[in-house]
Amino acid sequence: MGLTRQSTGTGALKDTFAARPESPADYVIALAGNPNTGKSTVFNSLTGLNQHTGNWPGKTVACAQGKYDYKGDRYLLVDLPGTYSLLANSAEEQVARDFICFGKPHATVVVADATCLERNLNLVLQIMEMTNKVVLCVNLMDEARRKEITVDLQKLGNLLGIPVVGTAARSGEGLAELKETMHKVVSGEVKTKPRKILYDDILERAVAKILPLVTDLTGGSVDGKWVALRLIDGDQALLDSLRSHLHLDLAGDKIFRQKLAAARSVISESHLDLNNLRDSIVTSLIKTAEKISREAVIFGDSTRSQLDRKLDGILTSRLFGIPAMLGLLGIIFWLTIVGANIPSTILANGLFWLEEQLTFFFIRLGTPSWLHGMLVTGMYRTLAWVISVMLPPMAIFFPLFTLLEDFGYLPRVAFNLDYYFKKACAHGKQALTMCMGFGCNAAGIIACRIIDSPRERLIATVTNNFVPCNGRFPTLIALAGMFLAGSANFFGSAVAALAVMAAIVLGITTTLFVSKLLSRTVLKGLPSAFALELPPYRRPQVGRIIVRSIFDRTLYVLGRAAAVAAPAGLLIWLIANIRVGNASILSHCAHFLSPFASALGLDGYILMAFILGLPANEIVIPVLIMGYMAKGEILELGSLEQMRQLFLDNGWTWLTAVCMMLFSLNHWPCGTTLWTIRKETQSLKWTLLSFLVPTAAGIVLCFIVAQGARLLGIA
Amino acid sequence: MNNNLVPLSELPIGSLGIVKKLAVEGAARRRMLDLGLILDTAVESLLKSPAGDPIAYRIRGAVIALRPEEAKKLLVEVR
Repeated sequence: MGLTRQSTGTGALKDTFAARPESPADYVIALAGNPNTGKSTVFNSLTGLNQHTGNWPGKTVACAQGKYDYKGDRYLLVDLPGTYSLLANSAEEQVARDFICFGKPHATVVVADATCLERNLNLVLQIMEMTNKVVLCVNLMDEARRKEITVDLQKLGNLLGIPVVGTAARSGEGLAELKETMHKVVSGEVKTKPRKILYDDILERAVAKILPLVTDLTGGSVDGKWVALRLIDGDQALLDSLRSHLHLDLAGDKIFRQKLAAARSVISESHLDLNNLRDSIVTSLIKTAEKISREAVIFGDSTRSQLDRKLDGILTSRLFGIPAMLGLLGIIFWLTIVGANIPSTILANGLFWLEEQLTFFFIRLGTPSWLHGMLVTGMYRTLAWVISVMLPPMAIFFPLFTLLEDFGYLPRVAFNLDYYFKKACAHGKQALTMCMGFGCNAAGIIACRIIDSPRERLIATVTNNFVPCNGRFPTLIALAGMFLAGSANFFGSAVAALAVMAAIVLGITTTLFVSKLLSRTVLKGLPSAFALELPPYRRPQVGRIIVRSIFDRTLYVLGRAAAVAAPAGLLIWLIANIRVGNASILSHCAHFLSPFASALGLDGYILMAFILGLPANEIVIPVLIMGYMAKGEILELGSLEQMRQLFLDNGWTWLTAVCMMLFSLNHWPCGTTLWTIRKETQSLKWTLLSFLVPTAAGIVLCFIVAQGARLLGIA
Repeated sequence: MNNNLVPLSELPIGSLGIVKKLAVEGAARRRMLDLGLILDTAVESLLKSPAGDPIAYRIRGAVIALRPEEAKKLLVEVR
């Protein structure tokens, strides 16, 4: 995953270039590599939790930075976007390339996949063209051994002319050696002498025409031959980068223009096609990679990839592909619902016991009741609800989901669903951004950068909110559990899981429908090119998954929710308790909204809860509870059963639950997501549309369901 | 010219083809090249998605899914 949009590209670039050493003893290391090589695992293993930007785990969405100390020096590691090439076909490639060229890292470590070295060498060779200080980290050596692929690291190092270290980052194998090698390279103890590519004679002659001038102009700060070749190839992006980083306006330099024209005429007079010069360049790179790989890699006859194909034969088959996908999701939801109940109750009991103690404490201090109300009944109770309702499901859901991700299943989801996205004139990778959306829609929006076409990226952005994020899952799960399950046995929880599944399927259907609608109206266009890698299945590292998903996802999301819930709790307590006339402000608002809300099968308090829940969806249920309780029904809330009773007392039926689930699935994105959309699209118009589209969908859906059910007399 | 050239999209599952012609230009061509699809590259058709589109191919050791719109622009010689 990485950046693709021009604007985000330059934005991220700015952040990346801020990666400057704090003291002269610091070394800046660029970490490059193809996607799916375990680059992020290498990064995480080296830097631990000592990272600078909070990127969504496992996926490099912006250039994350991390630090570690080795032999008295501090190393600043910059994790560049994963790319297959650096010929700047996309902004993410440009970001990575510019950092290596102009960010002046002390060394660049390229992470390659040992099981697929030939393909990875293309990038390695390109980086070796750009800079001399390169270290190759051949990762996933454990996978390679399992597949009976032998990589002769010594020979590979000799052929490439750079240090090569074999690692299995997930088990920590080879990381000490990698650190030591990096130390030796940056300190100059080991000299690197990368093998340069020998291009077609004609190309070499053309390069020679401008090389002296380019070397002169750039002052040797970048590799002259590489720059010369890129300029002959007509690399506009590099011209821009030279201007912004080296203040070198080559396009405005008359002598340079003449020399460049001379160099290009060398080519046009030859057998090479100036328009398809890239063919010749890439062919030289790939042939070299092929040759090196043939010499340094030995393939045994393992049946491992056969196993992958067999798995794919089931997980992506015509018959089982989609049922298997729904089944896997269903199992995850079921485990989450079943597993969350007991810890949720224990947490609630503990936290409300603490509330009692706090209350005693306040009484003993003799504080006025309004202060106790604000801090304990308002702030603390909302916080307690958010934690006890959200933490257990998240602590179960995220590790399970990460397990699927780590296993390599998510690209298969995109593979299975691409056809339908194509029908909707959208991109198959939109399915991946939706998967991220299950975690957090803001993260899903950022993940939209993996879609190259701006049109399809906007479609993915506007529709991302149709998949419920974890802030809405607890609402869906709690409502399904309380009102649709009927009983708390296996059957009940299965029904609840099915209801949540149905919500997801509805979300996906709506996404496809709205995507199609958008590409017919405001985002007209045809589907763009599509190439999706299906990486090998990998045995998930269970321990690592639990640690990382708890730290990176669960606690991150919970922290965000808590940070919003505490002040929101205070505010909500205030509007629920400040009385104007004979009712609270909240009641007035709810009363005002009531006719409209009831047409949608909701009530004024529910709609008010969604409105007040704009900062974070997690607080919708707490707000609702507070709204109902402030009406007079004082209730000790400790379990879902008591919550259900409170809702029933306020006139809830199954239809209210269904409509609230629908509205939870289809309404405006939360504040963070809107802010992210604004940042990513750089446009108020698209932010507004992203607000309106799901809201309109929710109003229409709820209206149809509520009126339909009332007409049929079933509610 | 070889008359046995077929579009990659029509290469039967399980068979091997050798790329003989890239009938694309511009950005799409560069993307193909970045995947390692140069002349004489061996490509194996591996599996179809549930809807039969896209199709996954083994290209230089990696498994890449392509839509027929792209794959038909690559002409291969069936082995």
